Amino acid sequence: MKPFRVVLTFAAALFLAPVLLPGQQPVTDTCVACHSALVDDLQKPATLFKDDIHSSKGLSCADCHGGDRTKDDMSVAMDPAKGFLGKPKRTAIPQLCSRCHSDAKFMGKFRPQPRVDQFTLYKTSIHGKRLATGDENVATCIDCHSVHDIRAVKDPRATVYPLNVPHTCGQCHADSKHMAKYGIPTDQLDKYHTSVHWNALTKGNDLSAPTCASCHGNHGAKPPEVASVSAVCGTCHVSFAQNYDKSIHQPLFSEAPGGGGCVVCHTNHGIQMPSTAMLSGPKAVCTQCHDAASDGGKAAAEMAGWVDGLDAALKRSEGVLMSADKSGMEVSEAQLRLSDGRENLVKAKLAMHTFNPDEMHKPILAGMAIADETLKVGQAALREKNYRRWGLAVSSLLIAITLAAIWFLLRRMEAGGAGYRPASTHAPYR
Amino acid sequence: MTATEIKTKTASWLDERLPLSAIREFLDHKTVPVHSATRWYYFGGITLFLFGVQIVTGLLLMLYYRPTVAESFDSVRFIMTRVQFGWLVRSIHSWSANLLIFVAFVHMFSVAFTHAYRRPRELTWLSGIALLGLMLAFGFSGYLLPWNQISYFATKVGTDVAASTPIVGEALARFLRGGDDVGSATLTRFFAFHVILLPMIAGGLVALHLLLVQTSGMSTPPWIPESRVRQMRFFPNFFLREVMVWYGALAVLGALAAIFPWELGEKADPFASAPKGIRPEWYFLATFYTLKLIPSHVWIFEGEIMGLLGFAVLAVGWALLPFWGVTRAGEARTRVVTGIGVALVSYLITFTILGYYK
Amino acid sequence: MLSWVVGGGALASIASFLYPVIRFMAPPQVTEAAVNEVAAGKVQDLKPNSGKIIKFGNKPALLVRVNQTDWKAFSAVCTHLNCTVQYRDTTQQIWCACHNGTYDMTGRVVSGPPPRGLEEFAVNVRGDDVVISKRT
Repeated sequence: MKPFRVVLTFAAALFLAPVLLPGQQPVTDTCVACHSALVDDLQKPATLFKDDIHSSKGLSCADCHGGDRTKDDMSVAMDPAKGFLGKPKRTAIPQLCSRCHSDAKFMGKFRPQPRVDQFTLYKTSIHGKRLATGDENVATCIDCHSVHDIRAVKDPRATVYPLNVPHTCGQCHADSKHMAKYGIPTDQLDKYHTSVHWNALTKGNDLSAPTCASCHGNHGAKPPEVASVSAVCGTCHVSFAQNYDKSIHQPLFSEAPGGGGCVVCHTNHGIQMPSTAMLSGPKAVCTQCHDAASDGGKAAAEMAGWVDGLDAALKRSEGVLMSADKSGMEVSEAQLRLSDGRENLVKAKLAMHTFNPDEMHKPILAGMAIADETLKVGQAALREKNYRRWGLAVSSLLIAITLAAIWFLLRRMEAGGAGYRPASTHAPYR
Repeated sequence: MTATEIKTKTASWLDERLPLSAIREFLDHKTVPVHSATRWYYFGGITLFLFGVQIVTGLLLMLYYRPTVAESFDSVRFIMTRVQFGWLVRSIHSWSANLLIFVAFVHMFSVAFTHAYRRPRELTWLSGIALLGLMLAFGFSGYLLPWNQISYFATKVGTDVAASTPIVGEALARFLRGGDDVGSATLTRFFAFHVILLPMIAGGLVALHLLLVQTSGMSTPPWIPESRVRQMRFFPNFFLREVMVWYGALAVLGALAAIFPWELGEKADPFASAPKGIRPEWYFLATFYTLKLIPSHVWIFEGEIMGLLGFAVLAVGWALLPFWGVTRAGEARTRVVTGIGVALVSYLITFTILGYYK
Repeated sequence: MLSWVVGGGALASIASFLYPVIRFMAPPQVTEAAVNEVAAGKVQDLKPNSGKIIKFGNKPALLVRVNQTDWKAFSAVCTHLNCTVQYRDTTQQIWCACHNGTYDMTGRVVSGPPPRGLEEFAVNVRGDDVVISKRT
């Protein structure tokens, strides 16, 4: 009787599983149903799968691993004859995923504008090329996208959500043991975490700021070719790239070892907020090549001086206008004008990338004119404030004169005791 | 016709129609006792003068102020920065409000310490106490009108305290706020209170108060025998002196407005957290601080309710001063009243200072 | 003599009180306090498919005459680093010269570094006058 009871219980569990177990698809999915009842590594995929985007689209384990999801019997459901693959080899994974993801007709069922080029790109990437040689150490689809709990890119919990991308890449690329045999550095993630781009992502709420994939590509990942570095940075920093490409540095930096273009001055992963300290001073980048006395060195010093000068002038005007504003003077027009001045400062920094001081001089002059103009307005407002105090002094003086005059008048009036009645028993009231 | 002839003709024309001669007679005979405490007689006049300043500056401000949540702050900024001498009118209004309340308190305590509340001046005292309460209401309602962070949250705190009055608290708070929260309804009704309701009541009470002062004359402190007191003619002697004092007060107001302009603050943001250390204006600080000190429960009663009850008892008791501050024979209980008065003044001053620094 | 000084002083000081009061009562040049609405000029001032910058409160706004009858207005403060944007008639888009940010005529970011779109204002043509106001 015992075995019968076991089978009965098992059958009952199977029958009831779709109703009892959470996250089950209304359509029969015996894979998940059965594996959920197991333990450890055999149970894990079934537990994770309910969060998977494939699951939410009605797909099941069998759609990747092969087999028959409608059959209860293990030997039927997991029959190699029915296409069951078991756990695929790492080198076979991209091919497996691309069975669907490169099929435009199939993907078109799920969204009207699917991407189907990921596998093609992957094959051009360093990861794809090495995998083709049998190196199982490199990234495949599941290393970046995770497996069994794959989420859409725009889901903040996805491994490929912009904020999570650096960590995902860093799982291998920041692990010196993992990367030991490739001879490339593993400090990129640490450097990136100090960068202005990471800051923009995390503190500036700017999801358009670049992550690893933005510059290196994701499926076709490789370091940008030396000549194309400014094209990469120039995707966002358009005007800077245009100015740089016209400049004298462009042909020279293309030959630079270890990466050229923008990277020569700004570095690649740990990009810091630029400032005039890059142009002149002990940490200057220019002096790495240019002598202080050379044309280049002098140009750098001149431009640094102009930017600092304009910044200081604008700050001064801002201070004066603010103190006038605080004293109740109306200076909003000038404060608006000041933002035009700040714009000229931005344009000057932009022009710097032509490395030609003449180009920078125009916005600097315009900015200085605005700083001067707004300073005058602020100072005029402060003068008006003082005028009010003088107005007060005048009217106070008039009042004082009147008071003094009344005082003397009273003294004169009362000289002979006039205006007083002596103490008497006749009180006028009471 | 000469200037003098024109004057006499006009005077007699008016005299036929208005009781001018009666008024002139009265003024001619009105005198003010001259003694060591005479200087305190000026304080009533200063209070009246400052009230007049409030009316004039308030009327002027109403030409530009807009009592809606969307526009009030900006309209005050407009007055401060765009309107010619707007900064002057607004700062005088704000400074004068504070000086008015201070001087009103000085006036009240000087009357208490010179025992001028004795018969037949009980009604004068009572109307004066009512006026003091009205001035505080003016201050509370006017404070909200610029709709900046401090005024918004101070009003919130104030109406919350009102809400904890036993029995009528909730209804009272709803009446004040015009709803469950301080918002646009509050601003509208505080504006109505401030510019019409309270002025109407105050105007009537001031008229009554002044009339009573004229009919009962100036009181002499009990320690000075009537027979030993010189009388100064009110017009022109005392009057000229009073004009000097009023002019001086005006000069002080102008200086305060020009050198310490009243600040605009930041526009009220009900969703921001209350500014740190938010507290009411100085004239409410003593009561505010006292309430803070009372433990949450006193015996079986809630602390705040005990505090409010205490203040109510104190206020009513002080208002009834003319009745317990005199003996059956009508003599002032000088020692008792002076003692209690000194205690009250010290309490108010100390707790105001404490409330400011804590 | 003394009475003359008293009278004169009194009159002079009263004049110094009345002067500010009278100036106060005269309405100032700019009559609107809160900036929820700004007059942006006359209809004829702007040609179709062109834009101009006007002051809205203490920030710039961009008024665009799309065609003969349609007008659009946006905050002209670029959401990237606060430069002032401009209307580009060749592409019929709004462009920021500082870092090449581009917005379409709904205020949405098309390309470049701006993280957010431009706030749109309501435009009303009252007879000959164009008025820009905040959308509530």
